[in-house]
Amino acid sequence: MSGILVIAEHRQGQLRESTLEALGAALALAPAVGGEVVTALLADEPEALAAPLLTRSPGLRLLAHPELKEYNPEFYLPALADVVVGMAPALVLLPHSSQGLDLAPALAGRLNLPLVTDCLGLEWDGGALTARRLIYGGKVQESLTLKPAATVVVTLQAGAFAPAPEGVAPTPEAVRLTDLAPQHPRRFLRQLAAAVEDVDIAAAEILVSVGRGIGGEDNLPLAQALADALGATLSCSRPVADSGWLPKSRQVGTSGKTVRPKVYIALGISGAFQHQAGMKGSQTIIAVNKDPRAPIFSVAHYGIVDDLFKVLPTLTAAVKA
Amino acid sequence: MEILVLAKQVPETAEADLEITRDGADVEREDLVYTINEWDNYAVEEAVRLKEEHGGAVTVLTLGDEEAEDVLRRGLAMGCDQAIHLNDEAFLGSDPATVVRAMVKALGGRRFDLILCGVQSADQGQGQTGVLLAQALGLPYASLAVGLKLVEGGLVITRELEANTLEEVALPLPALVTVQSGLNQPRYVSIMGIRKVRGMAIEGHDAEGLDLAGQVGPEAACLAARRLSLPETGAGAEILSGSLEAVCARAAGIIREKGGLK
Ligand SMILES: Cc1cc2nc3c(=O)[nH]c(=O)nc-3n(C[C@H](O)[C@H](O)[C@H](O)COP(=O)(O)OP(=O)(O)OC[C@H]3O[C@@H](n4cnc5c(N)ncnc54)[C@H](O)[C@@H]3O)c2cc1C
Ligand SMILES: Nc1ncnc2c1ncn2[C@@H]1O[C@H](COP(=O)(O)O)[C@@H](O)[C@H]1O
Repeated sequence: MSGILVIAEHRQGQLRESTLEALGAALALAPAVGGEVVTALLADEPEALAAPLLTRSPGLRLLAHPELKEYNPEFYLPALADVVVGMAPALVLLPHSSQGLDLAPALAGRLNLPLVTDCLGLEWDGGALTARRLIYGGKVQESLTLKPAATVVVTLQAGAFAPAPEGVAPTPEAVRLTDLAPQHPRRFLRQLAAAVEDVDIAAAEILVSVGRGIGGEDNLPLAQALADALGATLSCSRPVADSGWLPKSRQVGTSGKTVRPKVYIALGISGAFQHQAGMKGSQTIIAVNKDPRAPIFSVAHYGIVDDLFKVLPTLTAAVKA
Repeated sequence: MEILVLAKQVPETAEADLEITRDGADVEREDLVYTINEWDNYAVEEAVRLKEEHGGAVTVLTLGDEEAEDVLRRGLAMGCDQAIHLNDEAFLGSDPATVVRAMVKALGGRRFDLILCGVQSADQGQGQTGVLLAQALGLPYASLAVGLKLVEGGLVITRELEANTLEEVALPLPALVTVQSGLNQPRYVSIMGIRKVRGMAIEGHDAEGLDLAGQVGPEAACLAARRLSLPETGAGAEILSGSLEAVCARAAGIIREKGGLK
């Protein structure tokens, strides 16, 4: 088996950046793996979405069918299973996204292929794949070497691989699919916009952001006091929004908002990847956490290793002084 | 409605000082405290709410060691009616595909209208098991549910996509749904509540009884080797040190300067 198949993603008429990262990973591995790199783009009108791939992917397979307009595994699976069986690639690469999480295990399960998810690094050595990923909320790294297999399915963490550069001119192979038989009647209904906002945290210059370490809704006034002293806005990590302590519109991260304030103050936030992805572009990051090994300290510029309940009142007083 | 919910026991690691074992194969487990996987807690709550509203019964299933019985007791205390425990050393070191093989065997031909599980387990973060199980059972599925509505003819699932976008999909029943955190507000489980279900029977299975000897564990998994290490922190943060007052004065100065408040 040789070659690498990349599965493209698009939403609302746009190819997603994660596709170019998966392609970047494929191109970097290709010399070792051998064979061609092919991107499969499934859509109602794939030609309209393919532009970024026309200068980047050595091979390009455009699969067209009206049911492929929106992602739906019922139609993606039979179409992709045919491509994978036909090409017999050594690797199938997908983004570890809401689509990849939904599709990759089904594809692997359907074709009985091994699957490694949420990878940060890939190496190919003598026919064996070694994948690097983070576990335990980012506190431990694992390196997995797979048993030799004809084809391995791999999903990639957003931002972990550099997007593919321009530099090739593929001749796309366009296929109009005629008989796509869904296994079940799962139907795409509609896409919904974000909930109505109380404030736009992405517009704030200073964010005081609280995580699960804040312990409960009753402790929020402590963080609010610091925010007030700074003229800052309160934001949060996912568990705080999940618990209803703050509205969902205050959530920072992959499934919340991406923010880039001048100063981001993270209080009792461990710094899981999904959180980091939404705030690591902040100009200055200050993290307060009692665990010196919390992953947040790897993206923070300044750290305070202490109990936030001791730090907050003292810091608020110091800001007011 | 007959509902199956998967629940896994995981170590609490957010505040733990994790160490890697000498052979690099695992983390030191002695001092770790175990709990129900965060995502599965939402799945159990949803299962019990659906039962309370529409009738039926909920079965909670775990694959794990002796201690993992705690998640089953917790599930029963939350309102589940039956519990299944796949408990055998032979299962340790299985990958999700192998875990699914064992689950399918243990379920035999039992039929459920709905299977709920978590989006991912907090320890390994693989996000594979639910969709693999759906595939193995030939069920339609939807992952990342932040909304679940029972309607005429099936379910409407609100799936969470990236960057504050959602989508709605319709699913016929029977189906499998993976639950994202925040789907509901899980009820509180008291020690008293768990005591009350102490006597409830739990259906147990081991590898041999399921005719899975040699088909589970590391031999059956897709991994040849697994090595753990503590990640490099890179340049990392400058840790402010000194007395609390000094640290906070310094931090206040940095915030004022970088935040343009001077
Ligand atoms: C598909 C998907 C999407 C996701 N999207 C997002 C997202 O958009 N945003 C997001 O944030 N998460 C998201 N998550 C969840 C993410 O994986 C983590 O679970 C979450 O970020 C953890 O939040 P936390 O750091 O507040 O909590 P924890 O990980 O529990 O960390 C709490 C921290 O507080 C510290 N602490 C506790 N008490 C104190 C104290 N008294 N003083 C100081 N420190 C203390 C602890 O040491 C710990 O580091 C997503 C997950 C999935 C699967
Ligand atoms: N050993 C297990 N026992 C019970 N449920 C499990 C087990 N492993 C995985 N699951 C379920 O599958 C979901 C996804 O797990 P994973 O694929 O490991 O990330 C979890 O949230 C659980 O609901």
